[in-house]
Amino acid sequence: MEEDEEIIKKFLYVNRKAPYGTVYALESLEVVLIGAAFDQDVSLAFIDDGVYQLKKDQNTSVDAGAGMKNFSKTYRALEAYDVEKLYVDKKSMDERGLSVDDLLVDVEILDEAKMAEMMGQQDVVLSF
Amino acid sequence: MKFGILVNEGPYQHQASDSAYQFTKAALEKGHEIFRVFFYHDGVNNATRLTVPPRDDRNIVDRWSELAKEHNLDLVVCIAAAQRRGLLDENEAKRQGKDANNIAEGFRISGLGQLIEAGIQSERLVVFGD
Repeated sequence: MEEDEEIIKKFLYVNRKAPYGTVYALESLEVVLIGAAFDQDVSLAFIDDGVYQLKKDQNTSVDAGAGMKNFSKTYRALEAYDVEKLYVDKKSMDERGLSVDDLLVDVEILDEAKMAEMMGQQDVVLSF
Repeated sequence: MKFGILVNEGPYQHQASDSAYQFTKAALEKGHEIFRVFFYHDGVNNATRLTVPPRDDRNIVDRWSELAKEHNLDLVVCIAAAQRRGLLDENEAKRQGKDANNIAEGFRISGLGQLIEAGIQSERLVVFGD
C-alpha cells in the first residue's frame, strides 16, 4: 500500500436515496468510514431523497413501523474521521420543506450550479 | 487507460451487471487495463455459483468467471455486503459456522478498502448501478 500514500485524490460520495427504504445509504456510509483510513480528500453530497439521511430525530423502532437499526448518529461521528465537507442540494431541501435546522450535522447548502462545479472538481465520484 | 469497475446491482434483476460486463469486455478488447472489478450492494450476487438461469438466457455468473480466467481479472466481492446476503467462500463459511459456501470461480472476497484502492489506482472508476 506504500505507493498509495503518495496519491491523494478527491473522493466524492453522492447520496441520493432515503435512509431506510433501501440499503444504499447504510452501505454508502460503510464505504465512507473504511475510506477514511486511506487519507484521501473526501466530500459527501446529499441530493434528492438523500437529504433525509441527515434528518434529525429519526425513529426507526418497530413501533414507528421500520424495525431497523438507526444509523443516523454515525453522520455526527464523521468529523472524527476528518470527513468534514458535507454538501446538500438546495432544491432537494426546498422541495421537501427542510431547512438546515432540521439536519443533525453542519452542512453547506449548494445550488445546482455550485453542486455541478464541486462535482466537476472531483477525481472519483461514487454514487449511491 | 486503467479502469476500475464498481457493480452495485444483482444479476438479472438489473441491467447494471450486464452493462458492467459489456464495458469491461469491450475495454479489454481495445487494449485497456482493468485494475479491478468490485461488487457491492446486491452486486455481490453476481458471484454465486448456485445460479441456474434458463438455458436460452445468458449465464451472468459464468460469463464473469470466464472473462476473469481469460484476462486474469481481479473480481472482488465486498465481505460485509456478501455476509448480509449469504455469499460465502470456504474460509468465511468455516469461520461463520455455515455448512456450505457458494462463491464462483474467479471471484474473491475482501474488504471495502479494495474499492478505495481501485479509486486511487485507476485513472477512471466507472460505477454501474441504479
